[in-house]
Amino acid sequence: MPTERERRFVGPRRGQLIFALFFVAVSILLLGQIGTETRWVAKTKLFAQPRFWPAVGLGGMVLLGGVHLYLLPWRRATRYDWWELRKWAQVLEFAIWFLAYVLLVPLIGYLPVTLVFVPLLAWRMGYRDRRMLGLSILFAVAVVVLFKGLLGVKIPGGAIYEYLPGALRSFFILYL
Amino acid sequence: MDLLLSALDILMRWDVALALLTGSVGGVLIGAIPGVGPAVAIAILLPATFSMDPIVGLTVLLGIYGSSMYGGAIPAILINTPGTAVNALTTYDGYPMTARGEPRRALSLAYSASFFGGIFSVICLILFAPVLARVAPYFGSREIFLAALLGIILMVVAHRGQTLIAGALAAFGIFIQSIGLEPVKYTSRYTFDQPFLSGGINLIVVVLGLFALSQAFVLLTSEDEKIRMTRLRGGMFQGLRELARHPRVATVSASFGVVMGMIPGVGEFTAQFMSYTYAQRSSKRPQDFGNGSSEGLIAAETANNAVPAAAMVPLLALGIPGEALTAMMLSVFYVHNVVPGPGLFQNQMDFVVALYLALLILNVLVLVFLLFATRSLIQVVRIPNRFLGVCILTLSFVGVYSLRNSATDCVMAALFGVLGYILKRLSMPSVPIILGMVLGGIMEVKLRAGMARVKEPLDFIDRPVAFLLFLAIVLVLIGHFRRVLRERAEVKAAERGALKSGHRFGQMLGRRRGRFVKDRFKLVRARHAKRLRALKDLF
Repeated sequence: MPTERERRFVGPRRGQLIFALFFVAVSILLLGQIGTETRWVAKTKLFAQPRFWPAVGLGGMVLLGGVHLYLLPWRRATRYDWWELRKWAQVLEFAIWFLAYVLLVPLIGYLPVTLVFVPLLAWRMGYRDRRMLGLSILFAVAVVVLFKGLLGVKIPGGAIYEYLPGALRSFFILYL
Repeated sequence: MDLLLSALDILMRWDVALALLTGSVGGVLIGAIPGVGPAVAIAILLPATFSMDPIVGLTVLLGIYGSSMYGGAIPAILINTPGTAVNALTTYDGYPMTARGEPRRALSLAYSASFFGGIFSVICLILFAPVLARVAPYFGSREIFLAALLGIILMVVAHRGQTLIAGALAAFGIFIQSIGLEPVKYTSRYTFDQPFLSGGINLIVVVLGLFALSQAFVLLTSEDEKIRMTRLRGGMFQGLRELARHPRVATVSASFGVVMGMIPGVGEFTAQFMSYTYAQRSSKRPQDFGNGSSEGLIAAETANNAVPAAAMVPLLALGIPGEALTAMMLSVFYVHNVVPGPGLFQNQMDFVVALYLALLILNVLVLVFLLFATRSLIQVVRIPNRFLGVCILTLSFVGVYSLRNSATDCVMAALFGVLGYILKRLSMPSVPIILGMVLGGIMEVKLRAGMARVKEPLDFIDRPVAFLLFLAIVLVLIGHFRRVLRERAEVKAAERGALKSGHRFGQMLGRRRGRFVKDRFKLVRARHAKRLRALKDLF
């Protein structure tokens, strides 16, 4: 049966202890570096010191994070905590998808990469019927046309566009 | 009158009209899709608005902010899933109305209440603007520092039951805004000799990571839900008539929205909670609340829609954003060298009134759009979750990469995305990080400027506004610590109670065991005695 403290805790139990431990450990580690990573300038008031605000931030992190850890109603990690850790690690797959997309755009170009990326990720997520794949291609084209073609956001043309013939090359670099 | 005319002059442009239309329709659509929300949309669109005129860019973002709550009511009422977080209270009375076959009545009532809240707050603020213009010059560096500090404290305290971690995350925000080259003494702070950290960590990269990418990760790792849609029957205009029957609830709720919206760090949830509680307490049928009460629906929707216009007050008058969405809008001002604060009210009052007028027009546009297009609009609710995740991931790229074409920014956004995902899994707030970043930056600059003329600590609060703000900070902290102590006492009492009852239970078991043993002994002794007698009789 959960205790009163556990019952009143806002949020699920799984992962809380690991997160709090990690947060406090990183905060202490960063606070330990304050002497080398910031400067104390002579003849300057405390509030104008370059070290003051990092100290406020890290001090708050260590103090409040530490009290949060101390007041957690749990002291031991259970198997649910480790399952939660595995769940967090699963997200790294999508972070890698995103970073691959980022790295490929300057090489192959915004439109070609988006045209491959969106249907491929949709396929990976289990949308394998023609309707959804068609929709994903339509979405990819719409995003490129809207943001790069119409709104003119700053996304460079792909290195591969350099091999296109004259007028087409400028059009692709500017709009696609 | 001249002010109104010059404000209208700013708005009389085709690009502003287009921005109003796009913002309002786009905001409703975004609000209607559960899992997207205005924060994600604004974070993605933010860099795209940098190339626009300030009034055009801000109108698009304000449009999304102001109209998303209208759209958020649709899934809240029809499928019991709030479209945006602030529509959670709408499900209490909206969905029961749908369940008893009145979805159109609920929707039209929600639209009408939202419209009333939106218009009420804009009119209040247009009338209030001259007073603000008079008060704003009293805010110097010290006052703005204290107001920002009050904002951070209020935001942390508002996270009931999570105050410590909210405070720690706000401190994390303050820390990450301090990374990079410090602009006064030109020393580097926590750059670890890495060139990419010299420029600091960009707010938009953090915002996109924490709001857009984390939401994409949540959707990509979730399951698609099967949605059963209710057919809409009846007229859409009955809500306006029904709203007119509850003027008191609507006006009080809108007033709560205006007041709570103006206080940094408080926002929609407190406004809704207060207005809903008021409506329930003052109702003739309080038992209907939570079971499809029209007054409950009016209270929830009016209060949350009165907040966006009011939330612009601390942003425009003091340059202090009260929550994540206005914090994002602040960056639009900075990009265009328009510095929000007392100077804006003194020198560009027409710009401020133009923004409020844009919000007014926006509310009318949204209401007209919703009254005629709801039937088609509800189809967006059917978009599968994971496909939505794919779309948000693709759009997030535009937001992050178009900032500086930097792959490092994208890596950092991905890291913040993972952090945001973990925070969401643990039901922890990510808004304190953003407000810590924005308000931390403001506090650093203003404290340095304010302390330059201060000789003794008490000089810092010797001006009336500074003293009032300081008093407010002290009162908020005292109130919070009293509540913490009361809650601790309650927990201890409950634990003692549990211990006592456990003790009593143990005693009861002991007594019962004693009785059993006693009875058993009696039985065994009687049996033995019987056998002994039988043996005696034998010999």
